[in-house]
Order: sequence, then C-alpha cells, then structure tokens
Amino acid sequence: MGTEFKDSITKAVNNANLTGALGKFSEAYKVNRAKAYEGIDFEELRGRIADLKSYAASHLEELSEQFTQNAEACGATVFRTNDPAKVREYILKVAQDNNVKTVVKSKSMATEEIHLNPYLEKAGIEVGETDLGEWIIQLAGQTPSHMVMPAIHMTKEEVSDLFSKEVNERLTSDIPRLVKVAREQLRPSFLAADMGISGGNIAVAETGSIVLMTNEGNARLVTSLPKIHIALVGIEKLIEKYADVATILKALPRSATAQLLTSYVSIITGPTPNPDGSMKDLHIILMDNHRSEMAADPKFKQALQCIRCASCLNVCPIFRLVGGHVFGKVYTGGIGTILTAWFDELKKSEDIQGLCIQCGACKDVCPGKIDIPDLIMEIRRRLVQDQGLPLLQKAIYSVVNNRKLFHGMLRAASIAGKPFTTGKFVRHLPLFLADLTDGRSLPAIAAEPFRDRFKKIKQPKLKEKAAFYAGCLIDFAYPEMGESLIKILNKGGIEVIFPEDQTCCGAPPRYNGAYEVAASNAVDNIKALLREDVTYVVSACPTCTVALDHEFISTFESLGQTEWLPQAKILAGKTIDLSTLVTKLVNEGRLTLKEGRKLGAITYHDSCHLKRTLKVSEQPRELLKKAGYELTEMFECDTCCGMGGSYSMKLPEISAPILQRKLRNIKETGAPVVAMDCPGCVMQIRGGMDQDVADIQVRHTVEVLAEQLE
Amino acid sequence: MYQQFKTRAEGVSAEVYRFKTKAAARAHVIEFLHAEGLADEPDSFALWADCPFLDGMDLGALKGIAGLKFEVTCELASTARFGISQMEWALADTGSLAQNSTAIEQRLVSSLSTIHIALVPTSGILPDMPALLSRVHPKECAYLAMITGPSRTADIERVLTIGVHGPERLIIVFVDDLGGTD
Ligand code: SF4
Ligand code: SF4
Repeated sequence: MGTEFKDSITKAVNNANLTGALGKFSEAYKVNRAKAYEGIDFEELRGRIADLKSYAASHLEELSEQFTQNAEACGATVFRTNDPAKVREYILKVAQDNNVKTVVKSKSMATEEIHLNPYLEKAGIEVGETDLGEWIIQLAGQTPSHMVMPAIHMTKEEVSDLFSKEVNERLTSDIPRLVKVAREQLRPSFLAADMGISGGNIAVAETGSIVLMTNEGNARLVTSLPKIHIALVGIEKLIEKYADVATILKALPRSATAQLLTSYVSIITGPTPNPDGSMKDLHIILMDNHRSEMAADPKFKQALQCIRCASCLNVCPIFRLVGGHVFGKVYTGGIGTILTAWFDELKKSEDIQGLCIQCGACKDVCPGKIDIPDLIMEIRRRLVQDQGLPLLQKAIYSVVNNRKLFHGMLRAASIAGKPFTTGKFVRHLPLFLADLTDGRSLPAIAAEPFRDRFKKIKQPKLKEKAAFYAGCLIDFAYPEMGESLIKILNKGGIEVIFPEDQTCCGAPPRYNGAYEVAASNAVDNIKALLREDVTYVVSACPTCTVALDHEFISTFESLGQTEWLPQAKILAGKTIDLSTLVTKLVNEGRLTLKEGRKLGAITYHDSCHLKRTLKVSEQPRELLKKAGYELTEMFECDTCCGMGGSYSMKLPEISAPILQRKLRNIKETGAPVVAMDCPGCVMQIRGGMDQDVADIQVRHTVEVLAEQLE
Repeated sequence: MYQQFKTRAEGVSAEVYRFKTKAAARAHVIEFLHAEGLADEPDSFALWADCPFLDGMDLGALKGIAGLKFEVTCELASTARFGISQMEWALADTGSLAQNSTAIEQRLVSSLSTIHIALVPTSGILPDMPALLSRVHPKECAYLAMITGPSRTADIERVLTIGVHGPERLIIVFVDDLGGTD
C-alpha cells in the first residue's frame, strides 16, 4: 500500500466532520431502510431484480439494438459507443452544431466516469450541476464522496462559506435558507440553458424509454426547459421489459434513501414539446466502456446487476469511517472498487481493494444480489496473479504451506515466550497474530498447543464421532476453547477425534489473493479430515468453518482445479459450526443445559462469517438463554469488530476505530459478559477490553456453555 | 385505497383533501388561493394548466379572479406562486401522483411554481406502479411523470429540507365526480 494512500486514510479517519456525518447517517439508514421495506419480501424482490438484470447482462448487444430501434422510431437520436473519448466528442459536436453556450446537468455518474465537465469547459462551454450536492462540490472544486449523497462530507458551515462567495453576501448556516439560495441561484441557469444533460437510471429496450429519478426536481427541469437533451446511459442500465421498471423502482428508492418512491420519476420516450412549442432534440448515448467485457467474464458479469443504490456503501463499516474520497474520484465503496477495476483498470484498484474487510454486510442488503466481497476477493486474486505476492508474504506462505515447519515455528514462538518479540517470521505467523498495534493486547501463544493437550484428554468411547477442526487460533492460542468443545460434545454423545495433519484453513492466504497456497492448504486438510469416517467435522471458528464449507470448493473452482472437488464437497457436507451442532444435540434431547438458574445479563456479538455466510445468529443466542443468561442486545450487534484476519495488521488505522466502536456498544449494554462464536473476534475484543481496563469478560460461546452442562 | 393513499402522501408532507363535487373542490381551491395571498403580481399569482376539471366550468367567472391565469408560458410559470394541474392517477401504496405530462404546460406549472395544487379524480386511484404501467404505455405517453410529495433534498448535512428546484408544497385535491381517465 502506497504512503499516499495511507495518508489519505489517516486524513479521512481523522476528519471528524466526515466520520461524524457518515456515522450518524449509517445508523439512521439501517433503521429507515428496514422501515421502508416493511411488508415487502426483500429476498423475493431482489431475486427478480437479479434475474432481470442478469438476463439483460447476457443480452447487452440485443437489448442495445432493440433500444436503439425503438427510441429512434420515436424520434430520438441514439449514439452507441465503446469509447469515453467518443462520447465526449459527440456531446461537444452536438453542442457546437447548435451553438450551445450553457449546459445544465442533473446528477449522472456516467458523466463523472468520463470526466465530461472539464472537457466541455475547456471548449468554452459553461456547465452547471443542478443537483444540490453536486453543485456544492462543483463550487468547492471537489469530487463526489458518495454515489447518492455527493456532498455528505461537508458541513453546513462549509456550504454557507461557499454560497456566501457565490452570492456576495454573508449567509448564515441555516440550512433551509441555504437551500433557498441554491434555488434562486440555479433557477436562471435552468431558464437560460441551451442544453440539458442527464444520466438515466433505467433504459427500457422494449420501448426505447429512459427513466430518471430525482428528489429535488432538477431532472424534470433539465429534461423540460432546454431545447436539447442528451442522456448518457451506461449499457448496464438496459432492461428488456417496460413492466420491469416497477420492479426496480420498488427497490431503488427504498435501498438508496429509504423512501417508498423518489419525489420525481420521469419516464421519457422520444422527444416532447419544448416551452416554445418546438420539439425537443433528444439524444441518447449508450456507452459501453468495458461493460460488455465485464458481461463476458463469468465471475464479474453479476456486477452488472447493480442498480446504483449505494446501499452497499451505507452499511459498510469501512466506508462510514473513510468516506468516498479515499476510494478515488468516481465510483466509491465496495461496488466502486469493482467498477474502478473494470472501467478504469485493474491496477487502479490495487490499493482500494485492500480496504474491504470482507464482513459481508453489503452483500446482505444489495438489491442486485451481488456478492460484492467475493468479487473483491477475485480482484485480489487476479492482482496477485498479475503481479505476484510481496516478498515477505511469499516467504510466509511458503511456511504456511509446509505444515510441519509452520507448526514447528508456532511451537518455537511459544517457547520463546511472551508474544512475538522475536523472529520476523514468527511474528507474522499466523498472519493474524502479527505485530498488531495500539488499542489491543495480544494473547501469548499457548505453552502447550491444543494438539498436545488433546492427547491427554480422556474421552468415553462413543459410537458417533466428530472430527474437530481447531484452526490456528484455537490450536495455538486458545486451546481451552477446544477442551470446552470436547466436554460438550462428549456429554451429547459424540466422541471427538483430532486429525493431527490438519493445517491452516487457508483463509489468510486466500484473503490476500494467494489462491494457490489456499488450494494446497485445502488439499492437506481434506486428506486429514476425511481420513476417518465421522458424522461431523466441527469447528468453533466461523472463518475456518466457512473455509471448509464453502471456500475450499470456490478456491478450486476459481483456479480451475477439479481433482479434489468431489472430496471438498463431501467435506462441506459434514462441516458444521459449534453452535449449530450443539443446538441440534439439545433439540434432539441428547444434551441438557442446567436450566432455571439466573446467570445475569450477557450480550452477544455476531461474527461476520457466522451470521452472514453461515446464516447462524439465533442458535447461540437461544443456547445462552437456555443456559440461564438474560440476553441484552447491543447496538449494531452484527457489525464487524475490525479484526478481519490480517486486515487489522495492514490497516490498523481503520481497524482500531471500528474496534473502539464495538467496545463502546458492548459497554453500553451494561452486561458483564460478552459472548461470541469466533476466536478471532475474541482475540480482537478481549485485547481491546484489556487495553481499556474494562471489567467485562469476553468469551467464546463454547466456554460459556461448557460450564452450564447438566 | 383512498385512506392508504392519504396516509402515504401525508407521510411525505403532501396535503390531501377530498370533495364530492367539482363545485366544492373549486370553491376550496379558490378559498385556499386567497388564504395564501393570491394576487396579480409576480410570486403571488396562480397559473392553471388546461385540464378536464375545467370542462364545463364557468371559465369567465374564474378568469375574473385577480391573479388567476390560464395562459401557461415558461416565463409566467417561473414566477408563479401557484401551479394548478390535473393529475390523472394516484398510487395508493406510495402516495404518488402520476400524469401523462407530454404537454409542456403540465410540466411547467407543476415543476416551477412554489405551491403545486393537483386535482385528481378519485376514480384514478390505483393500487401501485405495476397497475399504472399496465395502463399507460409509452407509445401513448412520451413523458410519464410521477410525483411523490414536494421537492426535497438532504444534501446538506443529511437534513431533510423541502422545496429545492420544484414546489415546496404539494396540495392534492381529490374530486369524486371528476370521472375517470381510464
Ligand atoms: S452493488 Fe448492490 S448495493 Fe451496491 S449500489 Fe449496486 S445494487 Fe446497490
Ligand atoms: S464486505 Fe464489508 S468491508 Fe467489504 S465492501 Fe462489503 S461491507 Fe464493506
């Protein structure tokens, strides 16, 4: 990561205006969004959107052709091109042919994408943004920081300074007054403009219509008052059927701003009369700019299902800390990273792809049903493929790939004593135990790893067997969690075996784009875990569970390796996380927790992978309640703790404030204990509480439950 | 559906009324205009776009009211305080109004004025947008406009503020005997 990039992050996280505004907004957004979707089956709705957009993405050429024919039949002029330069030239030519002096624009990301404004201005044409947020940043000479709310990073004081200069009068920071000033200032521009330029939220092939939505009403004026209207539409906005407009409009405003419908929606099909009675000169530009290449890529095609609602930004724990500018000039946030990699170039996404902590919050709310974190991982993988790994990482992975050496070094680290003071490699092994910085204490590597302790545990001989996959953290840092797990499962009638040859689950290399390493880890683990016939392969680490359950398969698939796929699928079929297995045992009456005791308040932190990939959130809560705890939910219980494997090592400036927020939310519940299902989260949160000298116990659910067995 | 519409529209700061007859609606509109300071000068007059509501009305009497104009131009619309038009449909589930706005006059009075008064036949209430789209095909409607509440922004510090480029108030007047547009 370049220092310039790091500096931009530091600047952003220390910008109190920015993080304050984004933080407040993201909190309100979640509540309002839920309200806007009340009574709507979101999964069903986004299923339909994904289907219709995916169909369009597979038929871009046909739909472009159909759109062109239909729009031209209504009298519009349609220009199709691949090339942003041609778009700019076309618009300039139309302007010059018609002697256009001034242009009014309603918000359009596509025009930002091709840097249209400076181009027209250089040719002597005055370009005025009319969306209030866009106008503000145009006056400030900045770029938008959010797709839907371009000026969210600015305060009312800053805006009043800008406007004061514009109107030559000292204005106060009274917001309604500022909005009035904007109305009064922009009204003459609308009336005088020779040309209006808009984007298009949707383009309908079947009818040649474009759909425009605004809350302010500026798009209505941009498309009504000037005699020429040019709409610049990326071809990913195409849909086949007119009736499907209603499907997208059911989700877009709800997801974007938690509104049932945007104040103004216009569906424009062909030219309409101008105020002077003449007919509009309507041009629609269908721009490709790498979109059809994206559609041809089996992995990235789904990114074209995006309807540009920006809800992925609104729920992203990273975005709300750093805002849009860190991501670059045009598209921001998770989806912005993906679009930048394609519309710009892969290399441009090198730094920003690293901002994603893979928490999955965006994927949950995306109305286009896009697996954003997965696509970001794919970018990571391709970057590594193109450019190779940094040397240090390479060295680390060559060790991770050799289980004996890897485990030998971990043992050496425990003998060397207190955490990570010696040996460069050791300090980075496993990656997530590295020299983490402020705000958190780290666990020492256990004097005796779980694999050694296991041999001393006496288990009853039981018919049903489960293989325990410990993962590096439980094996080498928290062996007591593994002991608790065995105690519980034995009580439930399951004997636990511990396949010695198990090794790193491959998540750290995978999350760093080193898929080859992850694949070789996967093969080693498959061999080890399937050697003996067991009913379950159980893990108490959600990251590992996800690896066993999903990622071995997807890693092989990404690399086109088929040899171990069938085995990987068998392993996935047996894999189960601790809370789900215990719930099953309890429900089947094989395991009883001591009931009827009053253990007091507890709060529960949802680990990202458990909640959003494995979809497990109720099970641990029910178990804790059964055990006698009174569950007090914390605010944002399912927001990432900032650990993210090696993320906290690479971007401590982001990880630390996310952790602080989590700690505050935990403390505010007043509960003396916080439980969670992930040893990584335990490490992060326990370390944070320890530095904080807060008297709150941070525990894995397995430890809590093991104490409450009947 | 009327009740649902009213709740939803008021939820986005529109003002909703309903009258049995055109005469009663007309009386209400005139009364409202006067109460809000109707006068024959810039920023105080009203501009009424031609619409079925006016059919069979005593236009002479209406034209006699000072400040009430019927010749819609861009210049007039941009300084009108009130814009009056008929919207053909209402969508109950979002509290939206919809209109075939191909005629520019319809757009001018509803987008440039400060207060937009929308006359709507009660029979034009539809359940939702799919119902609207199945009724109005782009072939017959070059500019389909939907309006949900007054113009709004939250671009400065996320504070919801009414009336940016479009009207700052939206007055919806349902008329039971206005017939249908279907
Ligand atoms: S990726 Fe999904 S959530 Fe993000 S802007 Fe696109 S549709 Fe919205
Ligand atoms: S996975 Fe999490 S961190 Fe990554 S883009 Fe999505 S919300 Fe942001």
